[in-house]
Amino acid sequence: MPVIDVRNLHKRYGAKVAVEDVSFTVDEGEIFGILGPNGAGKTTSVECVAGLRTPDRGTVSVLGLDPRRDRAELTRRLGVQLQASRLQDRMKVREALELYASFYPRPADTDRLIEELGLADQRDTRFGRLSGGQQQRVSIALALVGDPKVAILDELTTGLDPQARRDTWQLIEGVRDRGVTIVLVTHFMEEAEHLCDRLAVIDAGRVVAVDTPAGLVARVAPEQRVRFRPSVPFDDHLLRDLPEVLTVTKTGGQIVVTGTDGLLQAVTSVLARNQIIAADLRVEQSSLDDAFIALTGRPID
Amino acid sequence: MLVKLTSMELKLFTREIILPALILLLPLALLLGFGYMPGANKAQHNLGGQTTAEYMAALGVGIALTILGLSILPATLASYREKGVLRRMATTPVRPAYLLIAQLLLYVAVAIANVVMLIIAARVLFGTHVPERFPAFIVAVVLGIGALFGIGLVVAAVAPSAKAGNAIGLVLFFPSLFLGGVYIPREQMPPALRAVGDYTPLGATLKTMRDAWMGTEPRLAQFAIMAAYAVVAGLAAAKLFRWE
Repeated sequence: MPVIDVRNLHKRYGAKVAVEDVSFTVDEGEIFGILGPNGAGKTTSVECVAGLRTPDRGTVSVLGLDPRRDRAELTRRLGVQLQASRLQDRMKVREALELYASFYPRPADTDRLIEELGLADQRDTRFGRLSGGQQQRVSIALALVGDPKVAILDELTTGLDPQARRDTWQLIEGVRDRGVTIVLVTHFMEEAEHLCDRLAVIDAGRVVAVDTPAGLVARVAPEQRVRFRPSVPFDDHLLRDLPEVLTVTKTGGQIVVTGTDGLLQAVTSVLARNQIIAADLRVEQSSLDDAFIALTGRPID
Repeated sequence: MLVKLTSMELKLFTREIILPALILLLPLALLLGFGYMPGANKAQHNLGGQTTAEYMAALGVGIALTILGLSILPATLASYREKGVLRRMATTPVRPAYLLIAQLLLYVAVAIANVVMLIIAARVLFGTHVPERFPAFIVAVVLGIGALFGIGLVVAAVAPSAKAGNAIGLVLFFPSLFLGGVYIPREQMPPALRAVGDYTPLGATLKTMRDAWMGTEPRLAQFAIMAAYAVVAGLAAAKLFRWE
């Protein structure tokens, strides 16, 4: 049985449809990503999962619970880190963790959590005096302080510098390794690619694909691209005649060859046979960005 | 849970430093400043027969209640909503309503501490009476808290942001002080203004407190109007309050 099962979720605010039709399932122990541009309905979807909003249509089940009806039980087992939610500026890190830990029947060890999240030196620092990355870590700590089975993390690295973002990723992997199922809402491709076992791409309130990051890429853009600068001019047909090659284009002194699996091998051996040296040789694989454009018809931002 | 939340809110409140100092010291400073003036412990005709010291003690309570109810309460709650503190609590097993109750408990406690401090200070330093009709005095304070905090809750309920909460609070704050007889004692107001002022939340609170302090039975109509403010505002706040 999946940990989270969302079926045909629909939610509107007045005349504005936030979520048209969203379905997905999340399995135990995975990091499941919800990827999409701003305003795609990601946050509304997870708010329905967390029981903060009532869907207009569709069903949601989390750990076998109905988020609205069994809300009291759900809040004990589900940790939520909401987008852009702060604490009182004058509350100290340790105080915040101890206070929120007291809300739960079987909380996590707050001291250990503080250590694990790298906040040991900030234990007695007020929330308002922490850096953005530190505040974000406190936020993650509060989502985990009830020792949840499932954690929803919404846009957790937005506004962080690249280093802090990478540190946070590592942290999330650590949380997953402790057996927590994670739903990660993001609009960063790199983050989705790096962290998620599977992800749902959401656009304009609909799920356009659910797959592993590699699966998404392979599904929409199976081609590879090789780019190089030949040491001497040569006839295109040398490459065009190869079965692996689809297109050859010359721009300036640079040649771009696209093709299928084994493209690099085929191109380099032909060049070697003809004593052409390929300078600045690069292989480009389609990225999740390409996949996203192919799925939704536009780049993410 | 409520105890834990309230003591945390108390801790946070004391860390504001300026606000708690203002709440405790401003009424005390008024009492000391006017209480040491010559003749401050003689009954004043233009204070309705009350001594200046006793009048200032009651005034201090009124000012403290107004700052707490119309300024600190709405500004804090609106900022909690703006920061997402209430929303975050909604994801935990504890309802965000508990935080609101903790805030109310804290400010009621601060208000009571203020009342006790002023009664004792006025008694010890200037020999004023302990409020002579004590039960009526308690009723006046309780209903005053209800009326002023109730209105503060309505402001907190409708204010879209902490800034707006502050601004709306201030817009109510100064006319309240004026009509309530803080700038000019009600006995020296033109009759029309006094009639209006007596039925404002602060005006009614001050008048009933002063009456009870002097030993005059407060007017029932004023108690009724204070209770009405408290109930109507409380219901409106409960209906209008947005958690996010």
